[in-house]
Amino acid sequence: MAKDKPGPIQIESFADHHVITQPNPLRKVLRRVDQKDIDDPVARAEKALAGLSGEFKSWMTIEAGRLSAAHAAILKQGFTRLACEELFRAAHDIKGDAATFGFPSAGAAAESLCRIIEHAPNLGEVPSDLIAHHINAIQAIVRERTKPDTISMAHELSRQLRGVADEYLMLANRDRPEHLEAILAPSIAPGE
Amino acid sequence: MFRIDFNKLRFLVCDDNPHMRRILRTLLHSFGAREVYESEDGATALEMYSHYVPDIVITDWSMPIFDGLELAQMIRQPESKGNPFAPIIMLTGHSEKRRVTVARDAGVTEFLAKPISAKGLYQRILNVVANPRPFIRTKTYFGPDRRRNTGNTYSGPERRVGGEVEILQQPSLLDKARTPV
Repeated sequence: MAKDKPGPIQIESFADHHVITQPNPLRKVLRRVDQKDIDDPVARAEKALAGLSGEFKSWMTIEAGRLSAAHAAILKQGFTRLACEELFRAAHDIKGDAATFGFPSAGAAAESLCRIIEHAPNLGEVPSDLIAHHINAIQAIVRERTKPDTISMAHELSRQLRGVADEYLMLANRDRPEHLEAILAPSIAPGE
Repeated sequence: MFRIDFNKLRFLVCDDNPHMRRILRTLLHSFGAREVYESEDGATALEMYSHYVPDIVITDWSMPIFDGLELAQMIRQPESKGNPFAPIIMLTGHSEKRRVTVARDAGVTEFLAKPISAKGLYQRILNVVANPRPFIRTKTYFGPDRRRNTGNTYSGPERRVGGEVEILQQPSLLDKARTPV
């Protein structure tokens, strides 16, 4: 849309690579404004996001329900590839969305579950309680979110789950250095 | 100080999660964007990419069948009839360093780890609009220049040969992904 006419592409060739430069096709959408300009698109977007917040609880309930359904499918069918992928995607979505929806502890518990799914050498050998406790914790955090004094409890619950999961993963991966490195690496996700 | 005329930009958003698509749509419309096309999987996104020719692609990584990484790789085909140069912002719950490297090597322009924020998304869009990087084509890579480090002492097997090194004064993709915004 912003590209009225693509500019000429310049190609510089070297021994083992080419450097390709084209005039910035999006430069026309940039506009210089005065420092005093009061329009703040970020503030506008944050306000719009706050306007959506009334729906976040129901969205989280749906996400937690999807996670439980994926877990139920595994209990019924076993650790098939499709069932494991769905469990991972459901947990991964919660990991990414929960903090935005106001449930950071559910996101932390979901991250811990993702790490188990991703780094356990054999999901079938993971203690079934370890997975079930993560699912139940996420359900409880979402369900009890509106009650007072549950935020610190939720934080502590997800912290302890992560501790147990990491202990298991480090033991299970003691002969798999590439996984150990990934398990011990710090997250790059923005902090709360 | 610069502002973006979002109403002149066309976005393609690809995420299998309807709630995240709603969040993204809300943010982009609030920034001023009018044209936001949405897809819930990579295959549909690729079709929409050819049809609507978006200026900027924002994609999730983890999706069923055809994920965001594959979408980036398909867009970055130098011989394709479509535009292989469009900025791609990977918005993902993956938050490990190695994922940033894999995304970078697939031709992703910017990496934004969830949880999403209005500021983080705006800054990534501003960067791809205001500071486009040259593209590099090698035997194994086609995409935005992956060099953002100021040091020029690297002498490993992936060192490019045959020319002066152009140093781009930008923070690395990993450092940017770590920025708490």
